[in-house]
Amino acid sequence: MKFDTPATENPIDQLKVVGKPTSRIEGPLKTSGTAPYAYERHDAVPNQAYGFIVGSAIAKGRIASIDLAEAKAAPGVLAIVTAASAGTLGKGDFNTARLLGGPEIQHYHQAIAIVVAESFEQARAAAGLVRVRYTRDKGNFDLASSLDGAIKPPAFFGTEPDSSFGDFDAAFASAPVKLDEHYTTPDHSHAMMEPHASIASWDGDKLTLWTSNQMIAWSVGDVAKTLGIPRENVRLVSPYIGGGFGGKLFVRADAILAALGAKAAGRPVKVALPRPLIANNTTHRPATIQRIRLGATPDGKLTSIGHESWSGDLKGGGPETAVGQTRLLYAAPHRMTAMRLAVLDLPEGNAMRAPGEAPGLMALEIAIDEMAEKLGMDPVAFRILNDTQVDPEKPERKFSQRQLNECLRIGADKFGWASRNPKPGLTRDGRWLVGTGVAAAFRNNLNEKSAARVRLDRAGRVIVETDMTDIGTGSYTIIAQTAAEMLGVPLDRVEVRLGDSLFPVSAGSGGQWGANSSTAGVYAACAKLRTAIAQKLGLDPAKAAFANGKVSAGGKSIALARAAADGEVVAEDMMEYGDLAQTFQQSTFGAHFVEAAVDAATGEIRLRRMLAVCAAGRILNPKAARSQVIGAMTMGAGAALMEELAVDKRFGFFVNHDLAGYEVPVHADIPSQDVIFLDEVDPTTSPMKAKGVGELGICGVAAAVANAVYHATGIRVRNYPVTLDKLIDRLPAIA
Amino acid sequence: MKSFTYERVDTPAAATAAFARTPGARFIAGGTNLLDLMKLEIETPSHLIDVSRLKLDTIEPTSDGGLRIGAMVRNTDLAADARIRRDYGLVSRALVAGASGQLRNKATTAGNLLQRTRCPYFYDTNQPCNKRQPGSGCAAIGGFSRLHAVVGASEACIATHPSDMAVAMQALDATVETVDKAGKARRIALADFYRAPGSTPHLETALAPGELITAVTLPKPVGGTHIYHKVRDRASYAFALVSVGVVVQPDGSGRVALGGVGYKPWRVKAADAELPRGAKAVTSALLAGAKTSHENAYKLPLVERTLAGVLAQAKG
Repeated sequence: MKFDTPATENPIDQLKVVGKPTSRIEGPLKTSGTAPYAYERHDAVPNQAYGFIVGSAIAKGRIASIDLAEAKAAPGVLAIVTAASAGTLGKGDFNTARLLGGPEIQHYHQAIAIVVAESFEQARAAAGLVRVRYTRDKGNFDLASSLDGAIKPPAFFGTEPDSSFGDFDAAFASAPVKLDEHYTTPDHSHAMMEPHASIASWDGDKLTLWTSNQMIAWSVGDVAKTLGIPRENVRLVSPYIGGGFGGKLFVRADAILAALGAKAAGRPVKVALPRPLIANNTTHRPATIQRIRLGATPDGKLTSIGHESWSGDLKGGGPETAVGQTRLLYAAPHRMTAMRLAVLDLPEGNAMRAPGEAPGLMALEIAIDEMAEKLGMDPVAFRILNDTQVDPEKPERKFSQRQLNECLRIGADKFGWASRNPKPGLTRDGRWLVGTGVAAAFRNNLNEKSAARVRLDRAGRVIVETDMTDIGTGSYTIIAQTAAEMLGVPLDRVEVRLGDSLFPVSAGSGGQWGANSSTAGVYAACAKLRTAIAQKLGLDPAKAAFANGKVSAGGKSIALARAAADGEVVAEDMMEYGDLAQTFQQSTFGAHFVEAAVDAATGEIRLRRMLAVCAAGRILNPKAARSQVIGAMTMGAGAALMEELAVDKRFGFFVNHDLAGYEVPVHADIPSQDVIFLDEVDPTTSPMKAKGVGELGICGVAAAVANAVYHATGIRVRNYPVTLDKLIDRLPAIA
Repeated sequence: MKSFTYERVDTPAAATAAFARTPGARFIAGGTNLLDLMKLEIETPSHLIDVSRLKLDTIEPTSDGGLRIGAMVRNTDLAADARIRRDYGLVSRALVAGASGQLRNKATTAGNLLQRTRCPYFYDTNQPCNKRQPGSGCAAIGGFSRLHAVVGASEACIATHPSDMAVAMQALDATVETVDKAGKARRIALADFYRAPGSTPHLETALAPGELITAVTLPKPVGGTHIYHKVRDRASYAFALVSVGVVVQPDGSGRVALGGVGYKPWRVKAADAELPRGAKAVTSALLAGAKTSHENAYKLPLVERTLAGVLAQAKG
């Protein structure tokens, strides 16, 4: 099915199942510990051995020698694979560094060996006996000192490095009110609960990987390419994923080294990345240095917006696209954005929840707050005044839906914004300085083609198969809701099977495109199945209504199951997209409001209230969507207040590489959270009329927190995370 | 993790005898720190002597009106003990400020005192660390040192001691009771228990090899207002950036100890005497001679301000 004209009324609009707050259909399996994650697939194949990965002890250089004698002689050891013994390996399209290093080392904790043994303990103990001598090279590990050498990168996933409109330089120079500030965001780790993990099993030249991966089809391709085998010989199975946040978009060392270890040992091998290896071995959200220039008239109209961002990555990597939202968020006749990329020898930078927008809005939405203050304007009113209903760089192009102002107004009302003292540092509650902050949320909508197969069995059950993944987002449930709505059956008559490369290729989970895209694919397959069923029952497919387990047309009403009386009815289809996303700018919007309290003595920051108002198309499952948004708000609170991979600029690695050192919020950090979804349908996105929310939820949160801290204390922190050491010298004297 | 052998003992004498038989042994009680260190091969004992079942899990009054806390009393039980809560509130508050409920259920009184630093370079066996591998150097000096010591450190080591409980016990003049390999008991003031890193940061306490902690005693209650303020970036489950434990009497006198600033709970008797003169005077006395990096210099004003806040709170 091709989606190339805006959707009209269709069976989804009945909203009997879709749009209802629905508990996760796989939830009981997860909460009872019976949903098997990759590392727990003891049942999948017998005789599994254990692999343990050895990470490089240096960031850049070469392996001078590896002595495996002691390790090989250790109890239980079955095989050891290094680059020297692995044979020729390719590199996946989505990987920057090689997943098995040596002799060249590209980053700290790059995998250099896998030790396979009968037990996990034996593999780990033997891994400690691998003796490696290195020759260190000098690396470049400091973004701030690398700006001069940063280059203009090529377009990255369709995002051009630079944009300009009007005459920014002249407009900014002559602006009556100006802001010109630098902001920094640190490297972030995905810190998902489930570590990267895989079980590999070879059957002749065919490889099966039970793994934890967000993008099945991408990763089948990259496994094949890395191992140099045909993609038909690779099967990936990933039905349950304990969090990804972008860290599992790609094939990582666990999968490739499990496959190599299994080949060498002649047995299935299971591998999980130990927590202390994850931060440096896998990908992370790269740090940015951003400069924002805003020019405005005294009455608060932005005349010029300039946003530049610098980030670093390994050679061959890409930039953090932190200026993307600035091209679309506010009106101003004169504009420029630019991204520059430095080569760093730190671990590989890549996507993490809302790549680009998350760090970009961390900076931009502080700058907007600062400009509002310079103008003496309320920050909500200032944002509303500078709204645009068209793409500011292509004014002929409208947003398909844009309710940013409504989000801001409704949020302000609900939050009690009107009672706010506009002056910072004046609200006191005992020992606490109290402040409130606001930020806009923005994240583009993306549609990706997505296929599914739907079966109606003899019992009248509907079975959906697609290689879509559920990374804790609720994919199982919204797909079941979609099929139930389309075929007129209750939810418990639908079974959803996900995450297997034997199933039709879906959009996968990333870029908040999963919900709308994967359900649209299921819609297409269900539409085809409806036709097949109607024909089978002798009804007019164009007129057939599917409801209450029956198909009705022309005065006849027949039980759905009848269509499968002599065997399953199966349909498979893919949703593809025309150019509606080019004709219209499709984006999601929101507003975040935060109340923060700062201990006047110590500078400790504790959140008190958080509110998000989101306009993101049709909300397919308000319960799952709310979970996505409150999780993203929590992650945004972490980015605001604590998350930072600490770079050792001498040795070139992230020092705090475990969950004791890399702090993410705990329950005690998260206060009352509220989420409001505006009633919105966007017929330009798909027949589902939906968009994504999982990344929108994190966009702007950190800036709202930073702005609340400013409002509480009068201290403006432009370098994340906002921690007490950045406040301590400027807090008021203690009586 | 290296392979190791294991035995469980029933009496302190059996524990020390087992140690004498097996060079390279370590005592294990709750194991909340030691097992992690073994998995990373930072600790590589060849033999574990499980002392967790020793009958050292009671809290008894002492003849001089104090309490003797058995070495195996769990952190949870200690924090919840009615006498501790009534007379030694600082200990209870410090304990619940640390770790998590699950960890406190396992962790013991003696083990808490003996837990090792959380310096991230100590935990990364690729990095030089004089505490882990004597003579290899200190990667924290000149590196990521935001969490590190500002007093009592050396050219060889700037690690901090992570315990909250020990800060409270230091403020309350606790004493550590031990028995050595020969079965001889001795008492060590907690103030003398931790060794300055000097050039040997791997030697952390006054305990001789095989010497076993049997109890920690607290002197008779001192009264006053007990406040423990642990400052950290997140609200729970994090080690202190700094912590301040005070006991303040109605006349403004009292005592103060700090966590997160040095290799041991930091207490300077002369600083106690400054309490009536306020936080600035106390901090000057406590942190005299402090040496900071640009990453941890904030700890000096943070200590002073935290103390000021705590003293204001004590006044009510």
